[in-house]
This record gives sequence, C-alpha cells and structure tokens, in this order.
Amino acid sequence: MKNRLLPFTFKYGALIFIGFVILFFSLRNEYFFTYNNITDILRSISIVTFVAIGVTISLTVDGFDLSVGSTVSLSTVITATMMVWYEMPLVVVLVVPLAVGAIVGLLNALLIVKIRIPDLLATLAVMYIVNGIHKTYTKGYSIYSNMPLSDGTTAPGVMSKEFLWIGQGKLFGVPFPVILMLLAVIAAHIFFKYTRWGRQMIMTGGNEEAARLSGLKVKRVRTLAYVASGVFAAIGGILFASRIGSGQIDAGAPMLMESVAAVFVGYSVFAAGRPNIIGTFFGAVLMGVLVNGLTMMNVQYYTNDIIKGAVLVLALAVTFIHLNRRKSG
Amino acid sequence: MSTNDKASVLNMRNISKSFAGVSALKNVDFSVRGGEIHALLGANGAGKSTLMKILSGAYESDEGSIEIGDASFKFVSPADSKRAGIHCVYQEVDTSLVPHLTVSENIFLDRLATSKAGAWLRWGGLHEEAQAVLKRIGLTLSPRELVRDLTLSEKQLVLVARLLAENAKFVILDEPTAPLSLEEADKLFGIMTGLKDAGIGVIFISHRLPEVFRICDRITVMRDGEHVLTEDKSKIDASGVVRAMLGRSFEEEFPKLDAKIGEPVLKVEGLEAGRRVRGVNLEVKRGEIVAIVGLVGAGKTELSRVLFGADSSERGTVSVGGKPVNLRTPSDAVQAGIALVPEERRKEGILVRESVLHNLSLPLLKTISKLGFLSGRSERAYAAEQIEGLGIKTSSVSLQTAFLSGGNQQKVAIGKWMGTEADVYLFDEPTKGVDVGAKSDIFRIIGKLAQQGKGIVYLTCEFAEALGLADRILVMCDGAIVKTFNRGEATQEDLLYYASAGREELA
Repeated sequence: MKNRLLPFTFKYGALIFIGFVILFFSLRNEYFFTYNNITDILRSISIVTFVAIGVTISLTVDGFDLSVGSTVSLSTVITATMMVWYEMPLVVVLVVPLAVGAIVGLLNALLIVKIRIPDLLATLAVMYIVNGIHKTYTKGYSIYSNMPLSDGTTAPGVMSKEFLWIGQGKLFGVPFPVILMLLAVIAAHIFFKYTRWGRQMIMTGGNEEAARLSGLKVKRVRTLAYVASGVFAAIGGILFASRIGSGQIDAGAPMLMESVAAVFVGYSVFAAGRPNIIGTFFGAVLMGVLVNGLTMMNVQYYTNDIIKGAVLVLALAVTFIHLNRRKSG
Repeated sequence: MSTNDKASVLNMRNISKSFAGVSALKNVDFSVRGGEIHALLGANGAGKSTLMKILSGAYESDEGSIEIGDASFKFVSPADSKRAGIHCVYQEVDTSLVPHLTVSENIFLDRLATSKAGAWLRWGGLHEEAQAVLKRIGLTLSPRELVRDLTLSEKQLVLVARLLAENAKFVILDEPTAPLSLEEADKLFGIMTGLKDAGIGVIFISHRLPEVFRICDRITVMRDGEHVLTEDKSKIDASGVVRAMLGRSFEEEFPKLDAKIGEPVLKVEGLEAGRRVRGVNLEVKRGEIVAIVGLVGAGKTELSRVLFGADSSERGTVSVGGKPVNLRTPSDAVQAGIALVPEERRKEGILVRESVLHNLSLPLLKTISKLGFLSGRSERAYAAEQIEGLGIKTSSVSLQTAFLSGGNQQKVAIGKWMGTEADVYLFDEPTKGVDVGAKSDIFRIIGKLAQQGKGIVYLTCEFAEALGLADRILVMCDGAIVKTFNRGEATQEDLLYYASAGREELA
C-alpha cells in the first residue's frame, strides 16, 4: 500500500494541492469560482508566466538567470518611451524592447559561456547593470502619456490605444494576455517536447560534457537559452506596460522571485524533478490563486509572501525528497 | 638497516576484504620494515589500492590484523592510522592540500586544525619550523608561498614535508611518479632515500619497473586480490616480476571476426597536446582494429579526447579518408566521421537521467527531424533497431539509462553512434566495469564494425583484450607510441614491458 501511495503523491501531489486550494477558496467565498474571477486570476499571472517561461528555458540548460526582473523593468520603460517620447509606430514599439531583451541575453551568454563566470554571479552583475540602465534612461521617472519633461515641456506622445488593447482587451470574452499566455505555454511545451533545439537544450542541461561528446554545439545551445530568457522577460515587460498603461520604474523587481517560485513549484508537478513548461504554468497558477484567494479573504497583503514562500518550500521538499529517494533507490 | 629492531616492523596478516560479496582481497600478508623502500606491484585491479586503503584506515578489513612491533591495531578511520604513524600520499595531491593557504600552513594543517595549537598563531615561528622541515628533505621553497602557485611535484613534496612534521613511521606513496617528469621523479627518489635513512618505512606503488628496481629494497607482487611473492630486489629480475603480475590464468576467449583490410582511413601525424600526448603518429586502415595499450596515465584517454576534438591539440595533423580535418570541437569530429565511446561512461558516454530512447538518438537529432520537428516514429524505430541489434537489455525504451547494468549502458553509448555513418570509431576502455557476458558482446560489436569497413582504435590497459582483438598493437608510454606489434607478434610480457617504460637496454 505504502509503496503505491508514495509515487502517486509525488506525481500528482502538486495538482491535488492546487485543487484543494481552489476548493477551499471556493467554499469560503462564492465569488471565487466564477468565470470573471478565474479569468482575472489568469490575467494576473500572464506576465509572470512569460518571465517564468524564460527562467524555465535558462534553467533547462542548467543556468540560473537572475537578470530577468531588471530586464522586465527595462523593457517596460523602453516600450513606454517609444510611444510617449518618440511617437513610434506599434511595430517599432514592440520590436525595440524585444531586441533589447535579446541583447541582455547575449551579454549574459558572453559572460557565462565565453568568459565562464558562474551563472549566478554573472547574471547578478548584469541585473545591476540593467537596473541602472533603466533608471538612468528614464532619470528615475515613470513614463506616462504627455508626462512633463525636465525642460518644462510635456512629452509629445501618448500610450496608443492599439497597444493598450494588448494588455487590457478581450478576444471572444477572454482577456487577450491570457490568450497570449496560453499560446506561449503551448508553443514552449511543443518546443521542448517535439523540436530538435528543445531536446538539445534538455540534453545540454542534463550533462553538458556528455552532450558535447555526442557532437552537440553546447555553447551555441546555452547562448540561445539565455537569449530566449531575455526575450521572454522583454515580452513580460511589454505586457506590463500595456496592462498598466504606463512605464513604471522598477516594474520587474518582484518578477524575479515570483517567476523563480513558479518554476520551482513546477519541478514537483508530475514529479518531473526538473524545469518543465507545464509545471511552470501550474506553478504560476498556484501562486495566482493563492494571492487572489487570500486577498478575497482580506488577509493582509504582506502575509501573502509568507504563504507563497511556505508553498515553495513545500514543493521543493516534495521534489527533493523524491529525487534523493530515487537516487539512492 | 634496522631489520632486527622489531619495534619498527609493520605486519599486515591475513587481510581479507570483499565488496558487496565480491572478494577484493584474500588472506593477504604484507610487511614493511622501518628504513626500507618496499615496492608494491600488481596489474590494475590486483588489490594494491584496497590493501593500502585498509592500512591507511580508509576501509576496514573484514578479517586479519595489523601489527606494529608488538602492538596490534584496528584502524576504523584515517585518523586512527595517522595516530599509529602511518601516512599516505595519494596520487591526487590536490585533495589533501588547501590551495589558498601558504606552504607552512599546509604542512602544519592537522596541528592548526586541532585545539592543540592554542588560540593564537605565531606566524614567524610557524614559518621557521616549516623551513626546518623543508630543509630536512632538501626542498628550497619559501614557506610563505601559496600552495596554489606550486607545481604538482612541489605539492607532493609539501605533503611529504607534512608527514615528516607529524613524525610518520610508515609512508605510503601511491603512484607518485606517474604525473612527474624524469627530473622531478629523480628529486622525489632523493627524498625517498632520505626518509629511508631516517628509519621510516616507505611503501612505493608504481607501474614503472625500471624505477622500482632502481630505488626499492624489496618487492611485493599482488594479483587478483592475492599475495604472490615478496623478494629482495637482488633475487628477482624485471621479467620475473612481470610473470608474477600477469599469472598464467589469462586465457580468455575473444571472438575475432575476419574483416577485409582496406585503404587507410585515419591518419595522425605529430599530434601533441599538453604533457600526456607527445608526438603521436598513427594510421588506421578500413576494417582494421588498432589497439593502443598502455598503463593508467600513459595518455590514452587524452589521445582519444584530442582525436575527437574534446580537447585541443597544440601541433599535428589528423586526416580522415584522406581529407585533413580541423578538430576544434567534438561536433567537428562527428562531422568528419569520427565517433568516441569515452572511458567515463556514466559521466561522458551517456546521460544517466535521460531515457534510453533519448540517449540513442542524441547524435542523430538532425537526421531524425524535419524543419526542426523531431519525428517520434524514426526516433523509436532507430532505438528499436539498436536495442535489437546490440542486444541491449532494457524493459522499455523510455527507461532511464541509470537503471541499466554497466554493460547495457555501454551498449547504449556505442549504439548512439551506429546511425552517424562514422568512418572511425574510438573506444576508450569500453570494457571497464562491464561483466563478462557483455564484454564478449562488445567485442563482437567492434568486430562487426570492422567488417563493415570502419577503422577502429581500441584504447585499453587490459593487455589480454588487445592481444585477442587487435590486428595491430601500439604500446603507449608517457604520451608517446613506443612500440608497434603486428597480430601474433607480442605477448603480455612484451606489452607490459614496453608499457612500463622499459627500453631495449633493460631487455
């Protein structure tokens, strides 16, 4: 009996836990399990999910990217200034932050893959640099439509309607960012499961030397992973600007921890024990459900972090107990 | 020599040890006197290291006793053994040293680490004391230098200084000369003679017979976990030692398939890389199995890695099928038609946490995908073909390779190259940790590859395998090919002789 039950707990424990949490909140508050609230939750996690997909990719090649939060911040203000300061067309507004995200990823890859600085230290340094850049660029001000400029005039541009629709609009009654998020999750899952490059990333992360000795170009694979991580963080930043309707300073600061938490909760989903897209998505859902439900129960905002942290610890404990048992078994 | 001084004799009696039911040592007797250098010899796996690990307290023996003079000991930890005055200098010197501390601190590490030292350090006194110890072994080295700036040979000597500082009575030197140059080795021998003159008993493990005969007083030979002989150096010669090491029970059957030998497929000229590959020339023809034999540390693994682009070479050319190739990465080598089955199977040959399916298809991802999308059907078909063809025993293709036996893991490491159409296959110790049945399977696979006109390079320290399998045998020693034999020309004695740095003058 016990032999059957344990693997089952490891495999489905996380999902059952999510189910219980949803059930709990639904019983406590009748408004919780309604279409509007569910889409609300999904919309609230859409930005973090994009960032978390990037983190999943870099962790897949066994590299931690601490710079994603600051990349979100930089991308948000660049997106906003493209419209407010420079009145650029929508295409430029979208492409520039994506390119900047890719450049941050390349910088990370240069430091980690080429110069061989350990990933945590290199991305920590880049996190500082990017953070500084985004504040220097905006002189520390948040960016909003027709904002006053330092020379006394007001900025010429406004956040365009089409752009705001990306973050605030609805398609077939579903918030557009939710649709984008689901598409991204599906695409990333397909990427890892069914494409050559995804497989190469998984194998490189599994054992870089063995992958290299199988003829994989592991340096290129790792570089691509960091670039992807930067690009996904940049998408998160664009969505943030669109959702809020302005370019907030330090918008991405909490994103790093939230996305990393989602990814690590994801380790425990289906007992994967490694970064995986579906797990990351459920991790983000769990975090979103907790915040939403606790807010409805009028739990103090700052208490949320304690509960989120505790859930992360629980997920990690389950994952690593399982992994260590499997190793010794 | 103080042979009569009973207090300075160390005796190991009737030592037995088995691991998971497999016997590693059977009733071994071994003794060392203070003031002698005693060589401990044996082929790889003869039980030398196990015996020495029992003496140094790293392992506990199942049976038997250790006596020094009249006192009997039972060592359950390295600290016990050190307290009795037995010290060991392992081959991996870096594991025993703290790189960012000074020479003095490293010499007195044990003392500094215990409470005996008192709360305050007197740096001047420490360095002076260290200087005195270094002088005793004739080492001109500043005690203030950081250990990380030392050469490997100097690090060894710092360890020797440490054991002098701790008043060692018996010293184990585990293959200390393997990584050293001739001059460095000479220096070490001088210091070993100094230890001997100071009344310390030195146990010297080495694969190089000439230096054993030069420096040692007595020789003990082990084979298959048993003590074979102990003799004074004057009463035995090199060929006698070699015979004792190999024994006569070595008639293993090798399935040797006939293959047509064609034009040259791999040509290597003047290949140099670091200290372990020094000017290697090599030619392999289609259908030919060329064995490169040598002792552990001869440079075989390094050679295979350079040939596969895993490490870079400094000089030399490699051509495959007549075309010169530039091997900067393994990916270049695969492109050029070279495949490597590396020595460290679980670290380099396969990904243990991935499935058999994903391991087998790894080098073929490009072939089995269209527009970047993997074809699950061709991937599974390929895996099924290899599992069938190579006889890989696995319950399912999606089983983690970690759960396979050593032999089946090795077949996966070989199977993944079957689809790459490589012309040259490099096998580095493919039978290491593989059971007998799987071994002959692997020999048969290699024979079949040769029949298909592939060029095979088989690197091994198992001489019997080379004799049974190869069309040509090259003996490697200290990074260079020192001798070539055609099939049937050589005996194990010949191979061991040349592999142990024997030259014509000793014959």
